[in-house]
Amino acid sequence: MSRWGERFRQSWILRAASGSVRSRESGNPVPCEAALGPRFRGDERKLWLAAIVLLLMNLSAPTLAQSPKPQNYNIGSPATQEQIAGWDIDVRPDGQGLPPGKGSVRDGEQIYLERCAACHGEFGESAGRWPQLAQGKGTLASHEPVKTVGSYFPYAASVFDYIRRAMPFGDAQSLTNDELYAVTAFVLNLNDIVDDKFVLSKETWSKVKMPNEGGFYDDDREAAEKAFWNSNPCMKDCRPPVKITGHASVIDVTPDDKSIRKGGVE
Amino acid sequence: MNSSDEPPRPSRRRVLAGAAGMATAGLAGAARANDANLPPNVAPWSKAMGDGVAVRPYGHPSPFEKDVIRRDVQWLTASRESSVSFTPLHQLDGIITPNGLCFERHHAGIAEIDPHDYRLMIHGLVDKPLIFTLEDLKRLPRVNRIYFLECAANSGMEWRGAQLNGCQYTHGMIHCVMYTGVPLKLLLEQAGLKTNAKWLHVEGGDAAGMNRSLPLAKALDDCLIAYRQNGEMLRPEQGYPVRLVVPGWEGNIWIKWLRRIKVGDEPWYTREETSKYTDLLENGKARKFTFEMDAKSVITSPSPQAPVKSKGFLVISGLAWSGRGKVSRVDVSLDGGRNWHAAKIDGPVLDKACVRFYAETEWNGQELLLQSRAMDDSGYVQPSKDDLRKVRGVNSIYHNNGIQTWAVKASGEVENVEVG
Ligand code: HEC
Repeated sequence: MSRWGERFRQSWILRAASGSVRSRESGNPVPCEAALGPRFRGDERKLWLAAIVLLLMNLSAPTLAQSPKPQNYNIGSPATQEQIAGWDIDVRPDGQGLPPGKGSVRDGEQIYLERCAACHGEFGESAGRWPQLAQGKGTLASHEPVKTVGSYFPYAASVFDYIRRAMPFGDAQSLTNDELYAVTAFVLNLNDIVDDKFVLSKETWSKVKMPNEGGFYDDDREAAEKAFWNSNPCMKDCRPPVKITGHASVIDVTPDDKSIRKGGVE
Repeated sequence: MNSSDEPPRPSRRRVLAGAAGMATAGLAGAARANDANLPPNVAPWSKAMGDGVAVRPYGHPSPFEKDVIRRDVQWLTASRESSVSFTPLHQLDGIITPNGLCFERHHAGIAEIDPHDYRLMIHGLVDKPLIFTLEDLKRLPRVNRIYFLECAANSGMEWRGAQLNGCQYTHGMIHCVMYTGVPLKLLLEQAGLKTNAKWLHVEGGDAAGMNRSLPLAKALDDCLIAYRQNGEMLRPEQGYPVRLVVPGWEGNIWIKWLRRIKVGDEPWYTREETSKYTDLLENGKARKFTFEMDAKSVITSPSPQAPVKSKGFLVISGLAWSGRGKVSRVDVSLDGGRNWHAAKIDGPVLDKACVRFYAETEWNGQELLLQSRAMDDSGYVQPSKDDLRKVRGVNSIYHNNGIQTWAVKASGEVENVEVG
């Protein structure tokens, strides 16, 4: 603790102990040395110092902790099993978190057509600019990669957990568990990952194998892009004269902003 | 333009010539002013009293600043509820973003939460599952930290070439504010971690239930459970009343409207860290858990939305940041990256926060190809867009930190261009 902190701590303790020491003139709390000075002398003063030492040892007296170690503040209430159950909706690839229930591809088709197809298209092909959910296989290494549940998602959990919390868009968390299993099964079926007769449940969960499960690896930028760490970057004549190779104005997709005068110099 | 190693500083003679140029521009500018308010006349605000105190109980910017606003690009997304609006970087200076201008990225619109009904649940691999009210959180010890927050998709539209004309659109998915909050470590200690705890599932209370897996080591290092930004309570757009702060890491994991933290022993592979926020490379494989935001910078003025208005002395101004630590240096080029000059950093240089840089030059209508290049204290140097494309391809969407080029034309107009 800093010296200032130590002094502040002592004055605080003293005030707390004596019901706040006030100077007679102003009624304001005064620093402890000044308060001790005129009123307490000799033995009286020793007694007070002893009292301070006792107080410092007494944990129940108010103190100013400056750098708390792992400490229990007794703040917050226990979360009950019931409270947790209402919010605990995440599902992991290994199936941890799956709710009870089941749903077939066939039942899922009906739910999908009623509650999803307006945005995602009857076959998951997307209606308008909403996300596409199916097709795209074999496109990831191309110049027009199409990332869908079938072409990109690594785990069924990534789909199931998402639909459970966020879909249908605008009416989240409205599907029953059976509907959730069914509509997920149907989305998987749209992507040829499960057959028409498939029933998705906790029991069949591990049968679902996503085509792109092996398509991801951990961040390796620090190794693969080591060349970007360079304590001495070039400052002079670093490259041949530079040419403009592309213009944003040619694409012309920037929203019009009337507050900008394009030709700057008046 | 200075062509060699000489720093781009104006000579005295050129400054004088520039001043003459500015005087002309100043006169042209005066055409839009009202002569009745200019000397020797006395303006009405010098004679009559204005609004008294508390007429504006929550102050707003001057009505003359009405163009300083977040903007969106409507063709980007199908719905404004899952979309983005951009910080007007070209109209700001210093390093702190005003609360009302911090870019927005929502996945199911803004959750409007009554603070009395706010609850944060911590459960999973803990000794005591706990629920905190907002008042509980505010009673706990707190800290104040300034951090930048950048969306991993910032500049994502630029992978295949210059597309959007303005740093608001190319770089405006960033803001930098001071957070007040409880260290996440302290909160986890209240619940008591089990020894096999390794990952956290962090989840928002919005209708997207935004959820990500956060490594425990990061949570115990510097994450905050924040409820204030720049001193006042978080804005609804930023997660009122409580958001997660994950310094230096991609914005998507800074869960807004935070409602739940579940402690586990492995990641969840949520949709947001698989279908989204993974970086697809040329070979069709994707990097996952690319959390850190690489060092990056952008010149905010001049820029397409902030053209050069006067010949003569010119201050080039910009922002730089790094998710790996402190910005150690920023270089500026006037010739598209052929020659570089160290810029002046002014204001605080903080860990994982924005820094403001300036470079002074003399501009007399010559074409410039402006670039800036950030370096951080890990030794990382912001790469050119082409160098980045060489290792990443153009399909990544996320983490585009390549060097931006602005072409300044003879008219003072500025354009987003690609150079080769
Ligand atoms: C009103 C339009 C709409 C409806 C109806 C809708 N969705 Fe969506 N869906 C969206 C939008 C928008 C997103 C992306 C949201 C985002 O990223 O923030 C999305 C994303 C998804 C995704 C993730 C796609 C990806 O590639 O990451 C899945 C899976 C999905 N929806 C399934 C469903 C299912 C199943 C239903 C019906 C139960 C449904 N959606 C109903 C609009 C809709």
